[in-house]
Amino acid sequence: MSVEMKIDGPEQAQGDQTGAQAVLGYAADRPEGGLKVTGAAPYAAEPCPANMAHGFLVRAPGLGKVRLTNLEVVQGMAGVLTVLRDDRMIRNAAQGTSEGAPVQGVDQAEYVGQPIALVVAESFEQARHAALALRVDTAGDDLVVNPQDAVAADDDIDETAQGDLESAFASSAHRIDQTYTTPSLISAAMEPHAALAEWDGDKLVLRASLQMLKYSRTEIADCVGIAPEDVRVLAPYVGGGFGSKLGICAEAVAAALAARQLGRPVRVVQHRRQVFEVNTRRSETTQRIRLCADMNGQLTGIGHQALVSNLPGEDFAEPVLQATHFAYAAPNRLLRREVLRLHRPAAGSVRAPGEAVGVTAFEIAMDELACAAGIDPVALRLRNIPRNDPESGLPFSSHRLAECLTDGSRRFGWSKRPTAPRQQREGEWWIGTGMAAAFRVNSMMEAEARVVLSAQGVRVETDMTDIGTASYAILGQIAAERLGHPLSRTEVILGDTDLPPSSGSGGSFGAASTGTAVWLACEELRRMLAGRMGCDAADLTLKDGYALCDNRRRAIADLLDGASVTGHGRVQPGEAGDKVRQATTGAHFAEVAVSDMTGEVRVRRLAGTYAAGRILNPRTARSQCHGGMTWGIGMALTEALIHDRRDGHVVNRDFEAFHLPVNADVPDLDVAFVEDRDDWLGPLRAKGLGELSICGAAAAVINAVHHACGVRVRDLPATPDRVLEGLV
Amino acid sequence: MKLSFSVNGTPRTLDLDPRVTLLDALREHLQLTGSKKGCDHGQCGACTVIVGGRRINACLSLAMMHEGDEITTVEGLSGEGLSVLQQAFIEHDGFQCGYCTPGQLCSAQAMLDEVAEGWPSHVTEDLNAPAQLTQAELAERMSGNLCRCSCYPGINAAILQAAGTKAADPA
Ligand code: FES
Ligand code: FES
Repeated sequence: MSVEMKIDGPEQAQGDQTGAQAVLGYAADRPEGGLKVTGAAPYAAEPCPANMAHGFLVRAPGLGKVRLTNLEVVQGMAGVLTVLRDDRMIRNAAQGTSEGAPVQGVDQAEYVGQPIALVVAESFEQARHAALALRVDTAGDDLVVNPQDAVAADDDIDETAQGDLESAFASSAHRIDQTYTTPSLISAAMEPHAALAEWDGDKLVLRASLQMLKYSRTEIADCVGIAPEDVRVLAPYVGGGFGSKLGICAEAVAAALAARQLGRPVRVVQHRRQVFEVNTRRSETTQRIRLCADMNGQLTGIGHQALVSNLPGEDFAEPVLQATHFAYAAPNRLLRREVLRLHRPAAGSVRAPGEAVGVTAFEIAMDELACAAGIDPVALRLRNIPRNDPESGLPFSSHRLAECLTDGSRRFGWSKRPTAPRQQREGEWWIGTGMAAAFRVNSMMEAEARVVLSAQGVRVETDMTDIGTASYAILGQIAAERLGHPLSRTEVILGDTDLPPSSGSGGSFGAASTGTAVWLACEELRRMLAGRMGCDAADLTLKDGYALCDNRRRAIADLLDGASVTGHGRVQPGEAGDKVRQATTGAHFAEVAVSDMTGEVRVRRLAGTYAAGRILNPRTARSQCHGGMTWGIGMALTEALIHDRRDGHVVNRDFEAFHLPVNADVPDLDVAFVEDRDDWLGPLRAKGLGELSICGAAAAVINAVHHACGVRVRDLPATPDRVLEGLV
Repeated sequence: MKLSFSVNGTPRTLDLDPRVTLLDALREHLQLTGSKKGCDHGQCGACTVIVGGRRINACLSLAMMHEGDEITTVEGLSGEGLSVLQQAFIEHDGFQCGYCTPGQLCSAQAMLDEVAEGWPSHVTEDLNAPAQLTQAELAERMSGNLCRCSCYPGINAAILQAAGTKAADPA
């Protein structure tokens, strides 16, 4: 049996259901916290089965046809077991939810850094030494690596237009027309991609660092050439993903092939410098934005044209315009995206693909319009909130941007701000404030979960991953709440494809999708318990291990009579997506100091107010927002993958040269949530949160830089040289 | 090559390839996988362990350089139960994915001792005054430990609580 639901309409929200246990919506500890703070949580590279061999990936140092010139020498090096070159090895990580193999092969390097061999040896040191000793020549093709040398093919151009932007623009009272650029960026999760492959006969067991196991299982099966049923993927702990572990990665396929060939377990961990190349990057973007408005600041036209890139053969295209479609009302619109085919490392999803860069550029443009029109930036946004989706006319499932803007301004003290830039100075530092709205599409994915109830308590089982997103905490909280058990008697088992297939972690849909599946599984158990109590499920109260109805109270363990019972839940997206526009929104406020001497920018305060459905655990939700906001600081000020102009290779492929925000770069972050009762989400009423907080955060910082010192940075990040250029 | 040192109070003897780093000696040869490898390059701090009371990046030093040393890893931070610092990390959500966490904990533990001993940092105003654990000092001293999940607010609140400097409020 199973309780299934397609999310079709608001009636499925079923009023204000929670439960009596008072754990859902509370700041519970992460149940796996003890394991994480003692170092006992096993990540992918940590089990060490007997007879395990170590693999080290070899990269192509150039583009074109690959030739190994000292293969025999390397094969004879101490400890070397094999130099694997297999046509089934993959060129780059699979895109999320692709379910099939990405482009395969090792004979042709399509980008510099492509894995073209795996050296396997008895020890890690031997494998690394031999891999570095292998001489790889590449020759041939003159491949395009720079955006300015490429033209998009017709197939790679998307355009939507409404009204007549050109004439609206020409006749408007206020207008701006600017071009913004964002560089290639990278997830850079702290745990490098890692895999340990073991074969049991024809069955593959893969321990890996992946976000979406049911898809990756099919992907690796397709890569290796076996049936998905013959693969078990385990990922109970994942050291961060942020999109880079959505699809099967190069080390996993290589490990599986080598383990099969050698008949022993093989572990392959990407070196940090490989992590910067062989997984997917966020595409660089060039965005021309045109905005025009009437005397009152009412937008009359929106133009947003974006250039992005990817390797040939990749279907992912950075969805830069995703939020522009619905963020602001304006009758005349032109949205266009072109994908250039460049031989740089593959582009794919990085935390909030689309909005992270699209909203950021757009919200800088909005600030420019506010300045040009002499309107307060908050007021400009408030004035242009659409009543319905501006393109489709669909109603919004809920829309709380106005509340986010007003609540955020109040918390931040926005009204105290001088209107003009360059008004506040402390020593060498210009001080200023800026803001930006946040938008992110919200989606639901198919997910299943199983919940087992016994005298021992509640156990949740699904192949969901916890990549730092608190899946262990919130799925346990949902089950504990619905089944009336304390968290101490609730257990959550994740990260194993032998368990029911979840949504996986990605696109901020994990909590809402898999959480709903857990909710539905509990619903089945509640119906069963109600039957045993002789009452309606709706009248049943479950609390502290007891069932209550009609003034009767019985221990749940007694109702079970020594047996355990299992509930199964499955949720699928339904018609809701066709009937309403669903999104999360927020507002960011930043205060910065800009050195007049060096152009250095320090973020002094950053605040975010968000509307994202029901908050399942305010403490872990806040942490996710800290993450997105901090990524915003990085995007605004320090992060950029630099491509060599000659061959497109990533020049700065380590943490010395690619600058993540460190502790001292991040001020106290203020996070607030406004109530967002969205009925179009099913009974859990949860929305995605992990990505919203990066969408526009960088724009708030960039806008604050302008307010502080009058310098408008349009090419991100705002490194000291770029700021200084405007100051002198 | 033969090597003897003590890890978390237990004497250990290993026979290692001289290329083995201290980090790999711990992770691969002693199965103490609490210490993490984030970069193998001395750039992230995930591998931070405490050697003779000082925090170091275990990936940047060869195991052979530690003959006779006393090494503490994250596995050695707790006794019967969790340490005050470990407990504070849980209460303040000082981690998300948890991968940088062992390094943060070892680093914080040793950092608090450095402050207590009066070691100055880059942001210390008065080199002659006793070191204070201000927010700026804390952030500066912990900036060798990257956290891509960006748990710095939680990490700092946890450290301050453990240091008894300030009872910050958990959310
Ligand atoms: S693994 Fe040692 S500093 Fe990164
Ligand atoms: S908790 Fe994930 S990197 Fe710090």
